[in-house]
Amino acid sequence: MLRLPNVRHEAPSTIEEAVVLLGAEGTLLAAGGTDLVPNLKRRQYPGAHTVVSLRKIADLNGINVDEDGTIRIGALTTLATVAEDSRVPLVVREAARLVASPQIRNQGTLGGNLCIDTRCDWLNVPDTWRQAAEPCLKTGGEMCWVAPAKKVCWAVSSSDLAPVMVALHAEVRLAGPSGGRTIPVAELYRLDGLAHLTKSADEIVTEVAIPDSAGLRATYRKLRRRGSVDFPILGVAAAIRLDEVGSCTAAGIALGSVASAPIRARAAEETLVGRRLDEDSIAAAAEAAGKLARPLNNTDLTSRYRKRMIPVFVRRALGDLTGH
Amino acid sequence: MTRDPRFGIVGTPGPRVDALAQATGTLQYVDDLTYPGMLYGKILGSTQGHARVIAVDTAAAEALPGVRVVLTGADLPTAFGLLPVSQDEHVLAIDKVRHVGDAVAAVAADDPDIAQQAIELIEVSYEPLPIVTTLAEAVGIVDEPIHGEGPANNRDRDISLEFGDVDAGYEAADHIREDVFFYQGNNHAALETHGAVAIAEEGGRLHVFSSTQVPHYLHRILAKVLEIPESRIRVTANPTGGGFGAKTDVFSHELLAAHMARLTGRPVKIVLTREEVFYAHRGRHPVLMWVKTGFTAEGRITSMAFKTFLDGGAYGSYGAASLLYTGQLQTTTYRIPAYRFEGLRVFTNKPACGPKRGHGTPQPRFALEVHLDKAADDLGIDPVKIRERNLVEPNTRTVNHLRITSCGLAECIERVVDASGYLDRRRRLAAGRGVGFAIGAYMSGAGLPIYFNDMPQSEVMLKVDRGGGVTVFSMAADCGQGSTTMLATVVGEALGLDPSELTLVTADTDLTPIDLGSYSSRVTFMAGNAALDAALELADRIRTAVADDSGVGLEEVSLGKGVVCVGDREIPWAEAVRVTEARWGLLVTTGSYKPPTDIKGDYRGSGVGPSPAYSYSACVAEVNCDPETGFVSVESVWLAHDVGRSINPLLVRGQIEGSVHMALGEVLMEEQTFRAALHNGPSLLDYKIPTVLEMPRVESILVESIDAEGPFGAKEVGQGPLLPVIPAVVNAVHDALGIRLDEIPIRPDTVLAALADLDRGGTGRWGPTDLPDYTFRPPQKVEPPPAGVRL
Repeated sequence: MLRLPNVRHEAPSTIEEAVVLLGAEGTLLAAGGTDLVPNLKRRQYPGAHTVVSLRKIADLNGINVDEDGTIRIGALTTLATVAEDSRVPLVVREAARLVASPQIRNQGTLGGNLCIDTRCDWLNVPDTWRQAAEPCLKTGGEMCWVAPAKKVCWAVSSSDLAPVMVALHAEVRLAGPSGGRTIPVAELYRLDGLAHLTKSADEIVTEVAIPDSAGLRATYRKLRRRGSVDFPILGVAAAIRLDEVGSCTAAGIALGSVASAPIRARAAEETLVGRRLDEDSIAAAAEAAGKLARPLNNTDLTSRYRKRMIPVFVRRALGDLTGH
Repeated sequence: MTRDPRFGIVGTPGPRVDALAQATGTLQYVDDLTYPGMLYGKILGSTQGHARVIAVDTAAAEALPGVRVVLTGADLPTAFGLLPVSQDEHVLAIDKVRHVGDAVAAVAADDPDIAQQAIELIEVSYEPLPIVTTLAEAVGIVDEPIHGEGPANNRDRDISLEFGDVDAGYEAADHIREDVFFYQGNNHAALETHGAVAIAEEGGRLHVFSSTQVPHYLHRILAKVLEIPESRIRVTANPTGGGFGAKTDVFSHELLAAHMARLTGRPVKIVLTREEVFYAHRGRHPVLMWVKTGFTAEGRITSMAFKTFLDGGAYGSYGAASLLYTGQLQTTTYRIPAYRFEGLRVFTNKPACGPKRGHGTPQPRFALEVHLDKAADDLGIDPVKIRERNLVEPNTRTVNHLRITSCGLAECIERVVDASGYLDRRRRLAAGRGVGFAIGAYMSGAGLPIYFNDMPQSEVMLKVDRGGGVTVFSMAADCGQGSTTMLATVVGEALGLDPSELTLVTADTDLTPIDLGSYSSRVTFMAGNAALDAALELADRIRTAVADDSGVGLEEVSLGKGVVCVGDREIPWAEAVRVTEARWGLLVTTGSYKPPTDIKGDYRGSGVGPSPAYSYSACVAEVNCDPETGFVSVESVWLAHDVGRSINPLLVRGQIEGSVHMALGEVLMEEQTFRAALHNGPSLLDYKIPTVLEMPRVESILVESIDAEGPFGAKEVGQGPLLPVIPAVVNAVHDALGIRLDEIPIRPDTVLAALADLDRGGTGRWGPTDLPDYTFRPPQKVEPPPAGVRL
């Protein structure tokens, strides 16, 4: 099997200690480690010398409900727990259940899934393979081999929960050297495969807050080759509110795994608001969403195919919401 | 003694003899072995697809504390290869590297991390050479061919055979159909990666443990490359976590572990990573195929021509046999009065292809069965009838001189068609749903050994101790197929003993008599027959001794369950054994098996294809297709298999279900493909294998044709059931969507492309159209055997 590189393992018991440790250059943060460990074995972080594990920090785990209905999920809560807890909105539970495989969901965490490093066919391969290729932007080279025209890294955001949280207008709480702050999940990401998270390296996602979803209709559709194990190669999250006459009063639609960050499909949302959710409005929203992303050939199946599937999956996702 | 089962031991489903050890984790796989002072070896693979090796600087690696030995190509310069005709490999590159991952240097160190560090310290200077990665490129003349001197093309070998007058057959035809197909290459992806542990013993002896399927061939090649006599080498094949043909070749890591153990005097272990397994490969060849068949109006075949183009990767391996297998077994299912086969295998700068479950036959079987489905449509005949009208008959000889004996194909077809309701459901299912049908056949062991010799292919020895315990000695390597259980069952049935009471000593060149290895589905037929031979001799000896001792005639003595019966009197087995030992001394019997010699023709290439018996299968698959996403989901598979006789029905069903799983991987997703010389994802995350969620309901139907020469009538089941599943799925997709996928694996995007073509008024076909620009030599003309002669 592949061997781990020689790294130090730190397991602080408080957030404050963790933040201090993460302030040093060459330090990596581990929650469940299900993505970090294989990445380390493939030597994807050449300068890294220390892994800071959050596992011993007690108050990062658990699910609570505020009086106003907000669901607060500790970042270290496992995906299996998220998938099973009845207080968690059904769409979140379903998306959590679609992540990877049962074994990984028992170990992987919600915070880890939201922060999961971007992936690319040229990156998530053993280092011996990468030595046979030219290095890419993300491994110290000068070019992106997926789209050589621009000096941009197109590695793919591969989180199942990220588009769901964006569609639900959820927020993340961050702890850092200057205290805590709360930002919308959508603002946690940026379109840059090299640095897809807006938080600094010494900030830790401690909690996800999902606003009360009573009355919300929401769904998540995932494209992947197999029914388990595989990362998403397209994820569509949709959440809408309908008034008493069936007219859409609010819509959140987000696309996952077609760019370096989840993409909020505002144009698609706008086509729905004020209209009834019917074949025409759904088709219009699907068409609008289909124009928003340009997936590239850096994950399973072809970019053309994945692009073609965006409107299909948006249509099917919105179709899920008509039946209630 | 009878060769028919009497005790119900054969034919009763039961767990494997090693089931408990497997389930509780006590079975010793190679990676479980550990010895005091053991070193860990690691191999440096090439980063180049094709390059001259200018220099390998190992100084820094050698200087690293804990490194005990560093080797480069010059240390083991003897060329080797599994087939005598393909001696084109070196343990470590001598002058050139030919694919990414080709072994260049190796280290052994005190622990795996030091070995890894040392590998990273080795500097290799390469002079890159142009790479060749496609069939089209490989037939062109280049200055620097992958093997040999240029300018030349990258042909490995070709074959051109004609049996009877093919053109005359076309002239007699009412309808002629031509098709081109492509079958992408794929890997075995056994769960256990390959590994070896070698120990240098006192007196210059060497003991090599390996996850090999072929301890005998490893034994020979170790002696050749290490230049020490076979008598000083012991090879033990550990139980393997799956083989599927991956472990039927001999690899650098086995030879390196052995050599390093000799140099250091310490045990050395090398276990490959998953990436290294994809580079060791020897998996399914990518094959481009052309087939042209003449039919009468009733659908009878008048003539057939087949061309195959195999992308062999960088080395010969089993390729000379693989090439012939792509042409030879078409005639085992259908009566083809005249047949031409032209085949070419080329070298490319990719890991070497070789044998995988079905060796060289799943590709042409896919082509042939889809081709027949189309021909049935052309002629307005249903797909079952067109096959039934051409079905091979038992006890006949094919146009290419293969001997067909037992054949339960007609029953397989009837039962699978009945069980699935195929004829009623075809063309009548809801939109997106379809059913498909196909058949197949496979060998129960290759009739000829890999290197020419006149000795038996399998030998078994039985030794009985004074307490009555029977030990079975056989070199058969259990690669997960259950060969050890088969041996115990056959011997148990012949002697009336419970298989779990027997002691099995297997797969060890010091302790056990020959078995050529677990490949070509040969073990049940050949080692099974040798075991039966030895057991029947033991039974005769015991009966004779007991008869003489009791003063009765031999005919009055028979074996019962755990006893020897003299008339009405029962003598305990152990007592009968003591009587026999008192009479003749050491109670040991032996048995051996050599295939008959009249099973083949006499022409160049006739050595590949003949088998003492063929298994037969028929399959119906039901699919549910999503025309919007192009996803194909297989919902049910019915598979009838003529296994001759089912020695252990539980293991037979296991092989059928495993074959279905592997076939679905090949037809729906598995592909070993490359971007230039770079593998497209050498991991089990990127290389897609169906999960349990993709596994459909499988109905296994066991057909027993009771082969006259098989042990208790048994034939193979390990490979044959895979063959018809693949074309059955492709034919089912046609029934569901009206499209013709002439290339596999089926991908969602190719389904959509074929549907788009259909929408535009096209034929709805996806697949290749052009063949490489290669001229075959005029065919070797072979006179078919006289028509109508029954064996």
